[in-house]
Amino acid sequence: MIDREQVLYVARLARLRLTDEEVERMTGELSTILEHIETIGTVDLEDVEPTSHVVELENVLRPDEPRPSLPRDRALEQAPDSDETGFRVPSPSAGQ
Amino acid sequence: MPEAAAHYEPVIGLEIHVQLATKTKMFCSCALSFGEDPNTRTCPVCLGLPGTLPVVNAEAVHYALMVGLALDCEIAPRSIFHRKNYFYPDLPKGYQVSQYDIPICGPGRLGDIRIHRAHLEEDAAKLVHAGESGRIHSADSSVVDFNRGGTPLVEIVTEPDVRSAAQASDWLRLLRVTLRQLGVSDVNMEEGSLRCDANVSIRPQGSTELGTKTELKNMNSFRFLERGIEAEIARQESIVSEGGQVTQETLHFDPRTGSISSLRSKEEAHDYRYFPEPDLVALAPTEEMVDRARAALPELPAARAARLEGDLGLHPDDARLLAFRTELGDLFESTLAADGSHPRGVANWVTGELLSRLGEREPAQTALEPAALARLVAMVEDGDVSGSAAKEVLGVLVEDGGDPEAIVEQRGLAKAGGDELEAIVEQAMADNADAVEKIRGGNPKAIGAIVGAVMKATKGTADGGEVQRLVRERIES
Amino acid sequence: MSDATELTGAQAAGEIAAGKLSAPELFEAYRERAAGEELNAYLWVAEDAPAVPADAPLGGVPVAVKDLFCTEGVPSQAGSRILEGYRPPYTSTAVERLAAAGAPILGKTNMDEFAMGSSNENSGFGPVLNPWDTGRVPGGSSGGSAAAVAAGLAPWAIGTDTGGSVRQPASLCGVVGLRPTYGAISRYGMIAFASSLDQAGPLTRDVTDSALLLRHMAGADPCDSTSTGLPEEVALPSAERLDGLTFGVPPQLTGEGIEPGVREVFDATLRRIEELGGSLEEIELPHSEQAIAAYYVIAPAEASANLARFDGVRYGRRANGAGDLLSLYEQTREEGFGDEVKRRIMIGTYALSSGYYDAYYGSAQRVRTKIAEDFRAAYEKVDLIVTPTSPTVAFGLGEKTDDPLAMYLLDFCTVPMPLAGIPAISIPGGLSEGLPVGIQLAGPAFSENRILNAAYALEQAIGFDGSAARA
Ligand SMILES: [Mg+2]
Ligand SMILES: [Zn+2]
Repeated sequence: MIDREQVLYVARLARLRLTDEEVERMTGELSTILEHIETIGTVDLEDVEPTSHVVELENVLRPDEPRPSLPRDRALEQAPDSDETGFRVPSPSAGQ
Repeated sequence: MPEAAAHYEPVIGLEIHVQLATKTKMFCSCALSFGEDPNTRTCPVCLGLPGTLPVVNAEAVHYALMVGLALDCEIAPRSIFHRKNYFYPDLPKGYQVSQYDIPICGPGRLGDIRIHRAHLEEDAAKLVHAGESGRIHSADSSVVDFNRGGTPLVEIVTEPDVRSAAQASDWLRLLRVTLRQLGVSDVNMEEGSLRCDANVSIRPQGSTELGTKTELKNMNSFRFLERGIEAEIARQESIVSEGGQVTQETLHFDPRTGSISSLRSKEEAHDYRYFPEPDLVALAPTEEMVDRARAALPELPAARAARLEGDLGLHPDDARLLAFRTELGDLFESTLAADGSHPRGVANWVTGELLSRLGEREPAQTALEPAALARLVAMVEDGDVSGSAAKEVLGVLVEDGGDPEAIVEQRGLAKAGGDELEAIVEQAMADNADAVEKIRGGNPKAIGAIVGAVMKATKGTADGGEVQRLVRERIES
Repeated sequence: MSDATELTGAQAAGEIAAGKLSAPELFEAYRERAAGEELNAYLWVAEDAPAVPADAPLGGVPVAVKDLFCTEGVPSQAGSRILEGYRPPYTSTAVERLAAAGAPILGKTNMDEFAMGSSNENSGFGPVLNPWDTGRVPGGSSGGSAAAVAAGLAPWAIGTDTGGSVRQPASLCGVVGLRPTYGAISRYGMIAFASSLDQAGPLTRDVTDSALLLRHMAGADPCDSTSTGLPEEVALPSAERLDGLTFGVPPQLTGEGIEPGVREVFDATLRRIEELGGSLEEIELPHSEQAIAAYYVIAPAEASANLARFDGVRYGRRANGAGDLLSLYEQTREEGFGDEVKRRIMIGTYALSSGYYDAYYGSAQRVRTKIAEDFRAAYEKVDLIVTPTSPTVAFGLGEKTDDPLAMYLLDFCTVPMPLAGIPAISIPGGLSEGLPVGIQLAGPAFSENRILNAAYALEQAIGFDGSAARA
């Protein structure tokens, strides 16, 4: 179960602006989905190790050797807003 | 508020971010940036382009192991990376790849402060705020420069063992010289390769539980660190002594005004949603990796100070100074290598007269030869040359080099003594009969005039004590 | 020329090598079909054939590539409006390897936005139609690649499989879809959905083509720390019988929920396995019942972080007129992401948020361990596991869009394998109501050659005819 307040909190964490209609729908949909997910609770998981990865590799390391970086115009090419030196954004301090 | 200070005990823990001096970034092969033009040291990986993946820099791991061993940390047999999630323009992926519950370096100690942990992570990019960039922007816009983004960091977290601002900056100096000695970082606070945050709380003297702590961010010099912590302790003491409550928050110290202000947090709710980074596999330092790191460790300042004090019987202050000023310590030891019979004497000359003559220079930047310094100290110890004369000789050795005996010869600085000196003393007494009378009249101070005349005649090579003895002999007889 | 597009990839490569077919002409024939298609399978089609070295093993037979593979200078949008028009400055390892082997890129295929979906109705650029019945979905998320191969709009294609996104559309479109062992193919340059589950794989007309593409895509990659490659060279399958092979049949994935028509084709396939000398054995996969639940925690959790980079700062879409930074983020993501993507970001963010991690993400990871143990135990007894790929044939467009959970639950046959990181293939087993039914063969990690050989033997015996969809 998840309530409207939690939906709004999570949406803020995820930087998603939801319309009131979306918040309503999400609250219902997520509750149904989470209800199913909670069937996990029926499994006995006492001292079972979590698996975050199926690969058994360890210590995959890269030699400390420089490779050419992108030319700046290439790096900035896809930016929605930039000046000749970098990516432009509203100042975090401003507004907010 | 010394009055309040008597009632409250500060409890301080430090968090230090150290930029590693590898050739490339933590997770990509971009060369590290040293003030190049903005965004000229980036690639698809450190720009966080869709589809890119991190690959760990082997040298960063090697450096982290060196730091861990230097801080007596337990090296984790297996550690993993986590994602720390929050939105900010200097964080291209929307998360920082860091270490969370299993850091590469566990509990350790440096000097009198226990280390809680040390872990590897990637540095954020730089936000150039309007104006700072020197170009015209709308007042409320910033430009992101990703050159610094992805620089390898070791974050060192201490236990809350620090009890004063002075102790904090002393200890940070020890850490800094230790890291420099390791050669893993430029440790330059002004340039941000060494950054220190402090967690500060106070508690009633004698109490053992911890008060609410505040976090003081990024004080970029030892002075600011000290002043910042002092100001925060004072602030908390005044709050508490007025019956108030300290609130947990992140604070910024403004060195210009000496004032402390609350920082707006990056994520209003500090809910970083850490979870294991699925794009990386575990770090499990092999015996061979750890041995390689151990083999790369030089003698560290704390150990050197202990050795100089213990084995050579140096005064603790001299030992510490020689250990922390690596080049000075090296000169000291090579001087002893030439002649090891007067460790204390050499230490006094190196940490005293020589240090003051060096000014900004390191010994290597002067003409001074360790062997020459060894001979000079020996001459002093054997009484062949007076202290003031030896200082003059040292001056020559530092500026022009050469052989101390020869310099003493040329300048006629050999200590005057024997019949010659007695004759000079008697002449001086004759020339200063009135002074002799005053002494006989019970005014010992008058002897100064006679000694002065003798020194003048011997160009300072005479031994003051010897001269006084000869004068008294003659007056009393 | 149209008969050239009737050839499989391997056959075409053979004709080219024998000098009976010109690579540029083949490319042009497919380019025309792709440019003129009406299934909305392609989001971008190449202009002209790049030069291919004469000795290249794949001879210049072009490949259709799922939109989420980054390709330098070519739109790579992962089916999302938030990446509309995005042209990356680099190419994914898998696509680079194929190009080097002589399979140049023919076009970018449509997909569910960020690979989140099982029907291709979640694409930001409109749904893909199933060539067997344009009123039905092709499956997802690699629906564009599956439909393109089925309809003869490409000789072969590649997609990605996180919870079934290669196998399920292959099943619904009547083609062969292979999900290799996790790590066999580099993920570098694949726009990530769920990093610990994503794996690229071929969608082809037959099993031989599947083996051929896998051979040239697989390999450890210094740019992907989790890539291992395959321990042995991928052999072209040749087995005609299944003697000595034991096939496990798990009731959990073959009983309840499988629609009758699919069940019939599956039972017929089991009989064929025995005719070919293979033996059947019932095995238990007890925790596969929680697989969907675990999957819909782990995948969204990883996705919530993987999709945080779409913030309108460095590339892609940025909302207009957003004032401060917070509005810039929130409006950009609100406008750029579709409903399903938002839903999964919400689930994932919630599952990781403070106070819920252990109950959701932590437990899901433990269930994942149990599922892997189930498979390990099963493969002590059997060589391969056989199930239907999808419990249903292709369903009607819009039929299931209003019930997300119902749609999720359809993945129950394909989701357990990715959680365990093991390989599985879907091959056409026959038709039900004139629509293809896929049969899934799963094996232990790195058993690709065993799977391909068994699939090949079955394929020959079944003799499925997919030409109707290419007409
Ligand atoms: Mg940190
Ligand atoms: Zn880079």
